[in-house]
Amino acid sequence: MATLNLLILVCLAYVILLFGVAFIADRLAATGRSTWLRSPLVYTLSLSIYCTAWTFYGAVGYAARSGLEYLTIYLGPTLVMIGWWWGLRKLVRIGRSQRVTSIADLISSRYGKSNLLAVCVTILAVIGVTPYIALQLQSITLSFGVFVDSDAMGEYGEHGVVFWVAIGLAVFAILFGTRNLDANERHHGVVTAVALEAVVKLVALLAVGIFVVWGIAGGVQETLVRIDTSRIGEWQVDGGRWMMITFLSAAAFVCLPRMFQVMVVENDDERHLRTAAWAFPLYLLLISLFVVPIAAVGLDLMDQTDNPDMFVLTVPLSQGREGLAVLAFLGGFSSATSMVIVAAMAMSTMVSNHIVMPIWLSSRSGSASFSGDVRHVILLARRISIAAIMALGYFYYRLSGGGTALASIGLISFAGISQILPALVGGLFWRGATRTGALAGLTVGFALWVYTSLLPGMGTGVLSASVMMHGPLGLEWLRPHALFGIEGMDPIMHTVLWSLSLNTAAFCLVSLYTFPSPLERLQGAQFVNVFDHSTSPRGWTGSVAQAEDLMIMSQRILGAHEAQELFHREAELQGAWGGHLPEPTPQFLDRLERALSGTVGAATSHAMIGQIVGGSSVSVEDLLAVADESAQLLEYSSQLEAKSAELARTARQLREANEKLTQISLQKDAFLSQVSHELRTPMTSIRAFSEILRDAESLTPEEKTRYATIIHDEALRLTRLLNDLLDLSVLESGQVSLNMRGGTLSDVLDRAVSPALAGVDRPLVVHRRKSNEAIALYSDLDRLAQVFINLIANAQKYCDATDPELVITVHQMGGQLLVDFVDNGSGIPPEAQSLVFEKFARVSAEKAGGAGLGLAICREIMQRLGGDVTYLGGVSGGAFRVTLPLANEMAAQ
Amino acid sequence: MSTEDPDSGTSGLPPVFLERQTYRRRRLMDAARLLPLLGVGLFAIPLLWPMSGNSSLTEPVKTSGAAIYLFIAWAGLIAASAWMGKKTQGWIRGDQPPPDAGRAQDHG
Repeated sequence: MATLNLLILVCLAYVILLFGVAFIADRLAATGRSTWLRSPLVYTLSLSIYCTAWTFYGAVGYAARSGLEYLTIYLGPTLVMIGWWWGLRKLVRIGRSQRVTSIADLISSRYGKSNLLAVCVTILAVIGVTPYIALQLQSITLSFGVFVDSDAMGEYGEHGVVFWVAIGLAVFAILFGTRNLDANERHHGVVTAVALEAVVKLVALLAVGIFVVWGIAGGVQETLVRIDTSRIGEWQVDGGRWMMITFLSAAAFVCLPRMFQVMVVENDDERHLRTAAWAFPLYLLLISLFVVPIAAVGLDLMDQTDNPDMFVLTVPLSQGREGLAVLAFLGGFSSATSMVIVAAMAMSTMVSNHIVMPIWLSSRSGSASFSGDVRHVILLARRISIAAIMALGYFYYRLSGGGTALASIGLISFAGISQILPALVGGLFWRGATRTGALAGLTVGFALWVYTSLLPGMGTGVLSASVMMHGPLGLEWLRPHALFGIEGMDPIMHTVLWSLSLNTAAFCLVSLYTFPSPLERLQGAQFVNVFDHSTSPRGWTGSVAQAEDLMIMSQRILGAHEAQELFHREAELQGAWGGHLPEPTPQFLDRLERALSGTVGAATSHAMIGQIVGGSSVSVEDLLAVADESAQLLEYSSQLEAKSAELARTARQLREANEKLTQISLQKDAFLSQVSHELRTPMTSIRAFSEILRDAESLTPEEKTRYATIIHDEALRLTRLLNDLLDLSVLESGQVSLNMRGGTLSDVLDRAVSPALAGVDRPLVVHRRKSNEAIALYSDLDRLAQVFINLIANAQKYCDATDPELVITVHQMGGQLLVDFVDNGSGIPPEAQSLVFEKFARVSAEKAGGAGLGLAICREIMQRLGGDVTYLGGVSGGAFRVTLPLANEMAAQ
Repeated sequence: MSTEDPDSGTSGLPPVFLERQTYRRRRLMDAARLLPLLGVGLFAIPLLWPMSGNSSLTEPVKTSGAAIYLFIAWAGLIAASAWMGKKTQGWIRGDQPPPDAGRAQDHG
């Protein structure tokens, strides 16, 4: 007889074997030599964690109680797998392209990265899976009980065993699932161990089945006869339940966190689905093939009091086949442990990623850069959450009393977890699904499930019998098993019908009513149209093409020399020789990404490398980050541009100012030298004659008078010069005040002609036509007269004709008054014409009477008065033209 | 539902008329999509059978017969699915990255 100790020893040995397998698989995966670990076969076998202890023990019990209805649990997933082209393919593609880590992550990612939604799904999953964990505890406890019952030596306390089983499974799951942290949440070791367990449980169940059919019944025909004569010999199923449970198992197959983990997260290659589409249904078929024979033979052989859930163990034991029974026990143990490991792993990932980490990070914002620190916290959070999940399962078992059929517990769990389905399917196929809608649907469905299924399943300790019978507060229409007064329905059908239909209704209505955020809409488009958006790389064949493309891209970004150096260094690190390109290993890609991110930003470089290496597409978050970086770069470069434009402008201004200063300095030098020259001439004569007056002792009074007159004249000339200079500087600086008043041109000319010609030996003859000169002026008449005097005096001075004459003509043109002064001399030579208005410019040195400032002053005055004075070339004699605005024009200004 | 056409390799509008081979592939994809519906039909047929209890006119179907029908239908579906997987295996290879390429980015 197998003792409890022997069983424990077998379990321990088995667990150590599993650890060994997981360890070796991890090692192989790390060194990249594990091609068969990524084969479709391992993927298919890992999917078989769908078959838990519920299948292993519960299916026979289910068949013994309800006939062929147990098949629905496997027909649902079969339909889902065969229909992979509809849904699973999309789910896996999205999972890979969005790098999701759990079903909560997927839902939250679809609805705009809403962490609230992730928290809701996580809580729903934890609570929904609790009965399922309890089911595993119950089955292991029962299986121990079977052996101990038949072993009189054993001291058996059921609760004690459950407790230790729970502790053992928790430790097992913690050791297995949280040994290391993988960024992609992929666990090759665990998957391989799960695949091994899948083989063990299939072999064990097949062995028991073969023993029953050929060992006990004596052949296929005899078995069929036994089935038909047994209690379950006639076809009798409830059509509603048949369809409902098929649907429910299909839904749960997609929504269960552990199924999502192995099917989507651990998926290495989308094409594995193609194989799993027929191989996994085949696995299900094989595992359920002998369930009815075992149940029929068990019903035949065993007592009415024996628990049909344990027929897989009790039938071989009753025939004295202890070895087979131990194998079956190991199969059941495998089923339970693999489920617990993967479920706990998936749930702890969800809890730590969506509940613990956000809280922890927000509690110590800013100091999250210590990665070691964070890893430690994540691992701790996962371990604690695994323990908590196991504790929940344990308490559910204690509350439910441990006497329920395994299948009915499992269905409660299925109904709970299926509440995710509307949000999931809506998210994958309907762009209009919104976050609020998903939240509303989940909340409604979850609440209804808790009320109608979970709480009643826990027994009378939670919901009292009166509530079950008459509803809360005596409200009959709120009875947990007869909502809205509809009685007589099967409890599980009742739950599923109400919770899922109201869940879907709430989801759709709220989605229709609400408006999604931009990120939600983008993510929605990404999910629904994943095949349009995600990379389906064509032509990236082999790693060589990738390395070359990486090289081309890097050259564009880093520059040819730098990129070649980087690639050369990497190739040397990888041990490649002679100009070969490095293999795109993860380490190399990491380093390359870092190198590129220095130039184009982290998100951009990640997206670029992702695009070239293929597989995962660029998510909206990536794009947003890229856009952010580009915007920053653009802003920075536009700032630089603005600054450089400003600098160029300033430099030009400085250059202009410098030129102007140089010019002014030159002008000043020239002016100073001219002024000093002009001043020196009279000063020299003044000094000379005053010295003569002082030193000469014998001077006649005439001589004295003559010398004094010369001194006086020169002093006058100096004074005039200084006056002119002062006048000019006042005019140039613009500080002159004009005394504007009305008058006629003829008056001004009259006032100018007589003083200009006064005191001259041989005055020139001035010709005027007075009739033309009766023109009203509004100007500074004194200044104007000064200009005319200057021009007439100039003509007087420089006209070299024998009979000098000056013709003053007046005409009006285009609102301007033109006064021409034309003499009959030889005029100003053409080369000097442009200089006459310059300061100190004199046409001929011998006739230098003045300082050469007269015309310069004239021009300044005329410009102040709004007109001008110019020299007229092309006329026979010297000719100046004074331009003046007319009186009405001036008045209009 | 958006579909991915493994044959329209180039961008732009898909052609209206296809090569005979391409046409057959598309119909195979249609068949693959219809397979689960066929499964639903096959698995719903037993609900029409006379059951023990609700009909006294006809003999209820034996469990063994029902089980044989269900398992044969099931196996047929699996075989059809496997056949389609095999038929489509060749042409999916052309438009998806080799497993090595997928692995490289998983860690990168």
